[in-house]
Amino acid sequence: MPVDASLATLSDQLFAWAIVVYSIALICYCGEYAFGRRGRVASTSPERALVTVGAGSTTGSTGTSAGAPAEPAPGRRRQADRFGRVAVAATALGLVIELASLTTRGLATDRWPWGNMMEFAAVVGAVGVLTFLGVLVKQPQVRYLGMFVLLPVVVLLFLGGTVLYSEPAPLVPALRSYWITIHVTTIAIGTGIFLVSSVATLLYLVRRRWELAVEAGRTPTRFPVTLGSRMPTTEVLDRMAYRTAAFGFPIYTFAIISGAIWAEAAWGRYWGWDPKETWAFITWVVYAAYLHARATAGWRGTAAARVNLIAFGTMVFNFFIVNMVVSGLHSYAGLT
Amino acid sequence: MSTPVRDVDVDPGELSTQPAPVEPPRGGPLAHLRNAWRRLTSMRTALVLLFLLALASVPGSLLPQRPLNPIKVDQYIADHPQLSRVLDAAGFFDVFAAPWFAAIYLLLFVSLVGCVVPRLKQHALAMLRPPPIVPRRLDRLPMSDSYPASGTPTEVAAAATRALRGWRTVTRTEDDGTVTVAAEKGYLRETGNLIFHFALVLLLGGIAVGRLLGYQGTVLITEEDPGICNAAPLYDSFRPGRLVDGSGLAEFCIDRLDDYTTTYEADGTPAEFRADITYSAGADGAPTQYPLRVNSPLRVEGLRVYLVSHGFAPQFTIRTPDGTEVRDVSAPFLPLDGALLSEGAVKLLDTVDPQLALFGLFAPTAARSEDGTIRSLDSRPNLPAVAVEVYRGDLGLDSGAPQSVYAIDQRQVTNGALKVVANVLLTKQSPTVRLDDGTTITYEGYREWATLQVNHDPGQTVVLWAAGAIVLGLLLSLSVRRRRLFLRITPASTAPGGSVDNSAPVDDGSPPDPDGRTVVAVGGLARTDAGSYDTEFARVVERLRDTSELRKD
Ligand code: HEM
Repeated sequence: MPVDASLATLSDQLFAWAIVVYSIALICYCGEYAFGRRGRVASTSPERALVTVGAGSTTGSTGTSAGAPAEPAPGRRRQADRFGRVAVAATALGLVIELASLTTRGLATDRWPWGNMMEFAAVVGAVGVLTFLGVLVKQPQVRYLGMFVLLPVVVLLFLGGTVLYSEPAPLVPALRSYWITIHVTTIAIGTGIFLVSSVATLLYLVRRRWELAVEAGRTPTRFPVTLGSRMPTTEVLDRMAYRTAAFGFPIYTFAIISGAIWAEAAWGRYWGWDPKETWAFITWVVYAAYLHARATAGWRGTAAARVNLIAFGTMVFNFFIVNMVVSGLHSYAGLT
Repeated sequence: MSTPVRDVDVDPGELSTQPAPVEPPRGGPLAHLRNAWRRLTSMRTALVLLFLLALASVPGSLLPQRPLNPIKVDQYIADHPQLSRVLDAAGFFDVFAAPWFAAIYLLLFVSLVGCVVPRLKQHALAMLRPPPIVPRRLDRLPMSDSYPASGTPTEVAAAATRALRGWRTVTRTEDDGTVTVAAEKGYLRETGNLIFHFALVLLLGGIAVGRLLGYQGTVLITEEDPGICNAAPLYDSFRPGRLVDGSGLAEFCIDRLDDYTTTYEADGTPAEFRADITYSAGADGAPTQYPLRVNSPLRVEGLRVYLVSHGFAPQFTIRTPDGTEVRDVSAPFLPLDGALLSEGAVKLLDTVDPQLALFGLFAPTAARSEDGTIRSLDSRPNLPAVAVEVYRGDLGLDSGAPQSVYAIDQRQVTNGALKVVANVLLTKQSPTVRLDDGTTITYEGYREWATLQVNHDPGQTVVLWAAGAIVLGLLLSLSVRRRRLFLRITPASTAPGGSVDNSAPVDDGSPPDPDGRTVVAVGGLARTDAGSYDTEFARVVERLRDTSELRKD
C-alpha cells in the first residue's frame, strides 16, 4: 500500500501545531500558577491536614495563621482563573489537533498510526493529556498542575518530531496483526496513564519535603521544595498518583499479555526474555511492588512514591534505551 | 497526617497487611521455624523479593544471553575474557535459567502461597460473618452525618435495610433501645485480590509444565524436496523439555514445501512471507495443505508450526568430459544480510570423481562492491547471480569428523587434498564455467527454502487462562472498594437532650433532636482506598433520609 504523501505532510503539520498549542497551554498554566493562591487547592481537599498560608507571602509562617489563609487580591484571582480556563481549553484543542495528526498519519499509511517510536510517543502524550483531563473532571482543583503534566508531554512530542521522527511508512509483515494494534494501543495507554501518575508522585515528593520543613518551623528556600507551597496536600497528590497507577496497572498487565499472545503467533513463543520483554516485565514487577508498598506498613508515603518513580523510570528506559541501544527481536521484528 | 484511612479501622487479624509481629524466638527449633515462616510470608519480604526479581532480570537484558544469541555470547566472552569467566560461572549468560534467579522467584511464590492461603480462609470467614459491631461515635469516622426520622428505631432500621439493597446488613438492638445497622459492600475486592494471586501461581505452574514437557524442532525444507516427520532425530535442531526423551511425539509430518513466496510492496519492502506446505497429522494422516504465514501458524495435534525464515538454494548442472551429467544439484544458502546475500556450499560426493564442491555467495539482486566482491541490493530476485569457488579433490567426509553443510572443510584445503580450480561469477546470461579438465558447471537458477519450527507446549493453554484470571482479578481488586456504612438509630427518649431519661449514655456523638424524634447517625468508612466513597456516601444518606421521610406519611 503506497503512502499518501499529501496526507502525510498534513499529519506532520498538525503534529507541529499540536506542540505549539500545548506550549500555549503550558504558558497559561504557568500564568495561573503565578497569579494563583496556594491556599485554595489545599483547603478544598477533604483532609485539612496542614494549615496553609496565602500566596506571595514567602515569609509567612504556618502555625500562627490558622483559619486565615492570606487570599490574593480578587483581581489576581480572576486573572489566575482566566489563565486556567484558557489553559484547559488550549489543552483540549491541542489534544484534538494531536489526534487529528495521528488520524491523518493512519490514513496516509493505511494502518493504525502507532507503528514506530515517533507515533508511539504521540499516542503516549495524547493519553497522558487525556488522563489529566479525566482527573480534572473529578478533581477540578488540581487544574494548574496541568503545567507539570504538559511539560513532559511537550518534551516527548518534541523528541517525537525530531530525534524519533520517521517518515510515515507501512509495517513489516510481522507487525501486521490485529494483536499488535491491541498490544501497542494498550501499552501506550498504560504508559500515558503512568506518566500522569509519576508526575503526581514527583509533586508529592516535593510537597512532602515542603510540609516537613514547614512542620519543623523552617521556611523552605531551595528551589524544588519552594514549589510545594502552591501544591495540593500530600494526600491529594498521593491519591492522584495511586488512582492513576491503579487504573493503569490492569491495562498495562493486559498489554503485556496481548504482546505475549502476538509473540506466540509471530515468533512461536509467548515469552522469550527478549530485552524489550524483559524490561516490560521489570516495569510490571516494580509497579506491583508500588501497589504492595502502598499496603505495607513502613513503606507508605515517601518510600512507595520512590518505587512509583523507579517503575516509571524502567518504562522510560525501555522506550528510549532498549529501543535505541539494546537490540532484540523487537527492533527488527521478525523475518528478514 | 497522611495516614491512609485503612488504618483507622482494623479488626485484628482480618485483612491486616501489617507484617506479623516478629517475636524473639522462644523455645526450640520449632519456634525458630515458625518465626522464619512468618518473616517469609510478610508483605515486607514480598516487597523485597519483588525488588530482587526486578533487579535480577536486569543483567538478562543487558548482557548477551545464550538462549537468544549464542554467537553474541561467544563474542562477548572473547572480548572480555577475564570478566566473562566470572559472569559465565555465575550464570549471567543465561540469567533466566540461573539457580539464583530461580531461588528468587521460588521464594517469592512460597511467600505468596504462605501469605494468600490464610487470607483465603479469612476471606471465606468474612463472607460468612455479619458486618462488625457499630462503633459508638460515628462522627469520628471519615464520613458522618445525621438526620431526624419518624417512627421507632426498629421501623427506621427496617426501612433503611430495605433501602440498602446490594449491601450486606445486620441489625442489632442494644440494651438502651438503640438500634444499629451495620452494612458492608465490596467483598469482591478481596475476592479479586485472591484470584489475582492464585492466578499468578497457576501461571507459574503452566510455564513449568511447558518447560518440562514441551519441545521445539526446527527444520529447513527446500521446495520440491521431501519433508520430515515429527521425530527428534529428523530435525535440524531439537530442543526437548526436561522430561522429554524424544520418543512418542505427536504423529505429524510435513510432507512437502510446495511453494514459497514473498510478496512485496511497491517500494520493495516485503509485504508477506508465505510457505505453502502439505502436512499430514494424526492417525489417518490424510495430506492437507496449509498456507503458512507470519502471524498465522498451523495449529494441529497440539503442535504449532511456524514459518521462521527463508532463503535461496541455487541450482547447478554438472557435466564431466566422460559424459556424466548431474542435473539440478543444489543446497540451501544461508542469508547474511537483509538483502539476502547468502552463503553456502554444494557438494558432489559420489556422483563425480574426484569430488567437487562449490562454495560461494548468492545474491538475488547482484551488484559488485568496490572491492570486487559480490553483494545484493535487494531481497527480490531481480538479477540473481552466484559467485562460486570451485573445489576439486577429497572433501574429507570419510574422515568422520563433523563438518558444516554450509562450508568447505578448510583442513582439507590446507593439507592439499582439496584445491580451488575456479573462481567465477555465474549469471543467467553467462551461466557456465568450464574447468581445466573439461568439466562444465552451469548455473540453472534457484529454488527457495523455508525454515519451519514445530513447537509443542502443553502448558500454554493454562498460561493463557491464568493470564486472563490475572487481569480479571486485578480489575476487581483495583476497582471495587470495600466500604462500610453504619447507622445508629437512637429513640427519642434516649436521645441526649431528650426530655425523659437522663441516665441514657451521654455524648455518643449523635446530636440532640430538638423535637425529641428518633435520630439517625450515619457513619461511613472505606477499608482501602476510599475512591469516590464520599460522594456515594452522600447519595446513600440522601436516600436513607428520603425513606425515613416517606414513612412519616
Ligand atoms: C509474584 C508475586 C506477587 C505479585 C506480582 C503481587 C502483585 C500484587 C498486586 C499488583 C497487588 C495490587 C492489586 C490487588 O490488590 O490485587 C497486590 C496486592 C496484595 N498482595 Fe501481592 N503480589 C505478589 C506476592 C504477594 C505476596 C508474597 C504477598 C504476601 C506476603 C502478597 C500480598 C498482597 C496483599 C495483602 C495485597 C493487598 C493489598 C491491598 O489490600 O491493597 N502478595 N499484589
